Amino acid sequence: MIDSDVINSRIRGLPLPLKICETLISGLENQELTEDELEKIIELTLKRYKQSSIPPYEAAGVVSAQSIGEPGTQMTMRTFHYAGVAEINVTLGLPRIIELVDARKNPSTPMLTIYLEKEYGNDRNKSRDIAWEIESTILYHLGDITTDISLMEITVNLNPKALEMRNMTAEDVVLKVEDVTGLPVELNGYTLTTAPEEVSYRELLQLAKKIRSVHLKGIKEIKRVVIRKESDEYILYTEGSALKSVIEVDGVDATRTRTNNILEMAEVLGIEAARQSIIDEIMATLREQGLTVDIRHVMLVADIMTCDGEVKQIGRHGISGEKASVLARAAFEVTVHHLLESGIRGDIDELGGVTENVIVGQPVKLGTGNVRLIAKTT
Amino acid sequence: MIHSTPKRIGKIKFGLISPKEFRKMSVTRIITADTYDDDGFPIDMGLMDTRLGVIDPGLRCKTCGQRAAECPGHFGHIELVAPVIHVGFAKLIRKILRAVCRSCGSLLLNPLEKMRYLDDIYAKQKLGQPVEDVVNTVFKEARKMKECPYCGEHQLEIKFEKPTTYVEDKHKLMPADIRDLFEKISDKDMEVMGMDPKSARPEWMLPTVLPVPPVTMRPSITLESGQRSEDDITHKLVDIIRINQRFNENREAGAPQLIIEDLWELLQYHITTFIDNTVSGVPPARHRSGRPLKTLSQRLKGKEGRFRGSLSGKRVNFSARTVISPDPNISIKEVGVPEEIAKEMTITMNVTPRNIDEVKKYVSGGTQHHPGANYVIRSDGHRIKIADKNTEELITTMEVGWKVERHLKDGDIVLFNRQPSLHRMSIMAHEVKVLPRKTFRLNPAVCPPYNADFDGDEMNLHVLQTEEARAEAKMLMHVDQNIISPRFGGPIIGGIHDHISGSYLLTNRDKKIHKAEAFELLKKSNIGELVEPAGYEKGKPYWTGRQIFSMILPKGLSLKFKAEICEHCDVCKKEKCEREAYVIIEDGVVKHGSIDEKAVGAFKSLILDKIYKEYGAERARKFVDDMTRLGIRAVMKIGLSFGISDEDVPNDAIVQIDEVLHDAEEHVKKLISAYNAGELDQLPGRSIDETLEMKIMQELGTARDNAGEIAGRHLGLTNSAVIMAQSGARGSMLNLTQMAGCIGQQAVRGERIQRGYNDRTLSHYVRGDRGADAHGFVQSSYKKGLSPTEYFFHAIGGREGLVDTAVRTSQSGYLQRRMVNALQDLEVQYDETVRDTRGMIVQFKYGEDGIDPMKGDFGTRESIARIIDTVLTARGKND
Repeated sequence: MIDSDVINSRIRGLPLPLKICETLISGLENQELTEDELEKIIELTLKRYKQSSIPPYEAAGVVSAQSIGEPGTQMTMRTFHYAGVAEINVTLGLPRIIELVDARKNPSTPMLTIYLEKEYGNDRNKSRDIAWEIESTILYHLGDITTDISLMEITVNLNPKALEMRNMTAEDVVLKVEDVTGLPVELNGYTLTTAPEEVSYRELLQLAKKIRSVHLKGIKEIKRVVIRKESDEYILYTEGSALKSVIEVDGVDATRTRTNNILEMAEVLGIEAARQSIIDEIMATLREQGLTVDIRHVMLVADIMTCDGEVKQIGRHGISGEKASVLARAAFEVTVHHLLESGIRGDIDELGGVTENVIVGQPVKLGTGNVRLIAKTT
Repeated sequence: MIHSTPKRIGKIKFGLISPKEFRKMSVTRIITADTYDDDGFPIDMGLMDTRLGVIDPGLRCKTCGQRAAECPGHFGHIELVAPVIHVGFAKLIRKILRAVCRSCGSLLLNPLEKMRYLDDIYAKQKLGQPVEDVVNTVFKEARKMKECPYCGEHQLEIKFEKPTTYVEDKHKLMPADIRDLFEKISDKDMEVMGMDPKSARPEWMLPTVLPVPPVTMRPSITLESGQRSEDDITHKLVDIIRINQRFNENREAGAPQLIIEDLWELLQYHITTFIDNTVSGVPPARHRSGRPLKTLSQRLKGKEGRFRGSLSGKRVNFSARTVISPDPNISIKEVGVPEEIAKEMTITMNVTPRNIDEVKKYVSGGTQHHPGANYVIRSDGHRIKIADKNTEELITTMEVGWKVERHLKDGDIVLFNRQPSLHRMSIMAHEVKVLPRKTFRLNPAVCPPYNADFDGDEMNLHVLQTEEARAEAKMLMHVDQNIISPRFGGPIIGGIHDHISGSYLLTNRDKKIHKAEAFELLKKSNIGELVEPAGYEKGKPYWTGRQIFSMILPKGLSLKFKAEICEHCDVCKKEKCEREAYVIIEDGVVKHGSIDEKAVGAFKSLILDKIYKEYGAERARKFVDDMTRLGIRAVMKIGLSFGISDEDVPNDAIVQIDEVLHDAEEHVKKLISAYNAGELDQLPGRSIDETLEMKIMQELGTARDNAGEIAGRHLGLTNSAVIMAQSGARGSMLNLTQMAGCIGQQAVRGERIQRGYNDRTLSHYVRGDRGADAHGFVQSSYKKGLSPTEYFFHAIGGREGLVDTAVRTSQSGYLQRRMVNALQDLEVQYDETVRDTRGMIVQFKYGEDGIDPMKGDFGTRESIARIIDTVLTARGKND
């Protein structure tokens, strides 16, 4: 019988991935093993691990690319779907995958998943307060705006309920509006009145437009916040994304909060976070479509997109455009441009990759093409 | 002049060609625009000069002495009267003009800055990173300098007029002036501008000599009328030579500057279009018929261009293509090849002392009898066609060292492929089985990886020509090796349709199968002995369906899982499940449960997955072969048919369905009146209209489901369609709902149909009608038939589906191409890192754990538990 601590340290010292070690340890709990048995189990595990490992010279890239590309034909084109939260639209299916591998600056439906710190997240009222703090409030959310042409003035009738809900007072609104327009605002109960400096019809309309969209509170990019309870915790989902500002808000758990915009993720949290979010997003999109793809393939795609320290697109402005080989680039897209450019620079094609060798008619140095046999002479 | 081609190309260096080199590589100067003389012979120093190579049979190339098809062709050249601008470099020329001094040609940067940028460039080059950014800043900075720091010359603004004109302070710069200026640029400055002085001088971007491509790359075609039709490039070259000549004559005659400039521009136009005929701002040069010419750039570009169309992908010999049809009696590793194809396609055999008798047999078979041969190659390389006359002679004179091209025969390894080849299982190695008739035959169980069906699909077959290729195909591409998909680590080959319904009918509920029937079912699986009978009926032994199915399972296989028919009850009753949805296999015997899609189906088969991983690829293949044969025989024995009357539902069911639909309609009406009265509760973040739409959709969705549920209940579990849907063989309960219950809401872009006339979808409805039927809710079932308006809405919904598919295929095809292109150079190394061909590490350990997705069930809780189990059960025995 050996102590569980001994088992623990013995297994953790093995050349096995962490996850397998942990599964093994949890499986061995309370089993009252003898030394021999432990050794036997370890031996078997190591043997199985070795059998399951990837063979050297496997063309892992092509397999991964095909594994993600092939299910593309089975995905729906429908752009919008309601993801978990019925109220927020999220791009899904093939368009989303394309958007992800394109590393688009502005994804079509940016979205934040905001987790809250314990004391806020368990309290419905507190989380709602945070939601109001984050959601951008624009004047027209709070009341009706009317343009009076005869008096040449603009009146805003604030809705007291809406004000209260957003924890604001009419004075706050007045200050904000004065700040933005630079004009004096008259407050009468819940009615604001203001007039343009110059008495002209055009000025009046322009002012009305400006006042309408005065940003009063919250984070500009975030159009809407939806609160949802998931396993006794309130989580905020937002339409629009501004990770940097949101994680600075008190009560937001910055360690778990994330955005579905990969470039934003890279900018705010770094390249490793971006890599992880590429993996998460692609896996989530595939899963939603009911397609099973091994996570290792997705990892490889995420890794090649991020291995230089910046998020690169899969395509001619990213990985394919930065390939070492002129012929490979020319064979992909914008053929003539690459040929002319390489002539000027005096580029040398080392003929290392797949396309180049196919073009010159030589065996590709990949997989079985990479293996060389050396005769043993005795 | 004649170079032998090297054995292996190590590197390829790119660069610009200098005029000097153009002349050196040229075999002749071209001076006349004419091609052939009156007798049809190529004119000397004309565009079809025989020194440039030959295309007409019978003629010999004057340069290398070889015949047409042997001679690779040789370049000639045209001496241009004046330099012109190469369109491809027009933008770069502009950048350089703005960055160098107009009088001394030095780069307008301080020596110190130059040094700094140069260091930057060297550093980036060393790391293999693009230098573009640095070079761009160089050009940007140099442009800002208004005075040359070396000669003090004041710099003038340079305007660029697309495509090839440069204006300096209202004065047009002639290509000759630019060329003179560029000659002054020093090598060092060039490097700062990102050029390699050894391979490209800037003045070479303004060619003075034009290479004339060999005739072999611009062959002329002789039409039926005997008239010659020249290639587009030849036409363009004719234009260039003509203008060049006229230009020269005018210049020598001392024509006014205006005329010279015009001619110069014309020459520029022709050379521009010769290089690229799609430059914006230049009208494309056209053929007499009005079709734009295909010039040099157009030949390289795009899918059918040289790079993608002729170099990355090539047409091949030893390939065949025909329609496919199913043959459930051949193994999944086989492919049925029509005898006609087998007689056409050959494998080259080397005659050795060991096989000489066998080879002689093939030769005696001749070209017309099946295991025969088509050609014999003697030791001296002479190729002889086998005919009736010479067969005897060839057999008697045959000796070791000859080669014989024999017909394809049973057991040969060939590659079989169906486009689109989206993953590696789209090309697999099969073993040939020569069969009568004219289609390729394949086992339906291999359809899923190819995504093939038999509605007229065609497939390609390639015969491998070397022993190495055959070995590699057999080891890596064989169907056996591809049962498991690397995409998700599960079986991609497996039972479909009848295989599943057959297995299900055989194993679901106890069926008594007598000896003769049992042997009939198992006949094709080569099983000659039965296990102990399950019981006796009237003194005769009988067996159960599960026992029969167990016969094809390997001994020692143990497995427990929930079948496809499982209804996911809250508490699983396991063995006591009334639906027999809990499968228990112990030591290769099915103890409980029904065998359905989860057990044997493609993509889902747990049995196949387990057999592959524990008993190997070959045993797995044997299981698929046996299972498909057994399944098909079972479905034939038990019987499964489906007709229109199978969708009949009893009258009271129809009444119930009508009621449900009627209720739903009432509900929708209520929702609408609530909306009209402004009493509808708005959903958060949705407008009131959106809320109404969502609620109506929801209501109608439930109604359809309820109708389907009623229909399903009345059809009963013995209905063939229900059996097929539940066992996972074909179709779904939704299909059944639509056939027997109600088709449901037709949607465009996920919403009810809104388009059509003003405020209404069709003129049959009142304006502003928001009711269910006015926006595409189809109450009828397919069986009952659709009303005209319903039919119309259904067509709208159907059209969207078609458009969707068309768009999706193109989009996903492009995604696939980009993915493969970006990742194709990645490879796992011996140290488990993933690197590209430059050696750059992409992953330090493949997939973070180094586990192959194909063998991927390792590391899961179950596989570890199994290891622990095996060791711990051993303990019990030792005690």
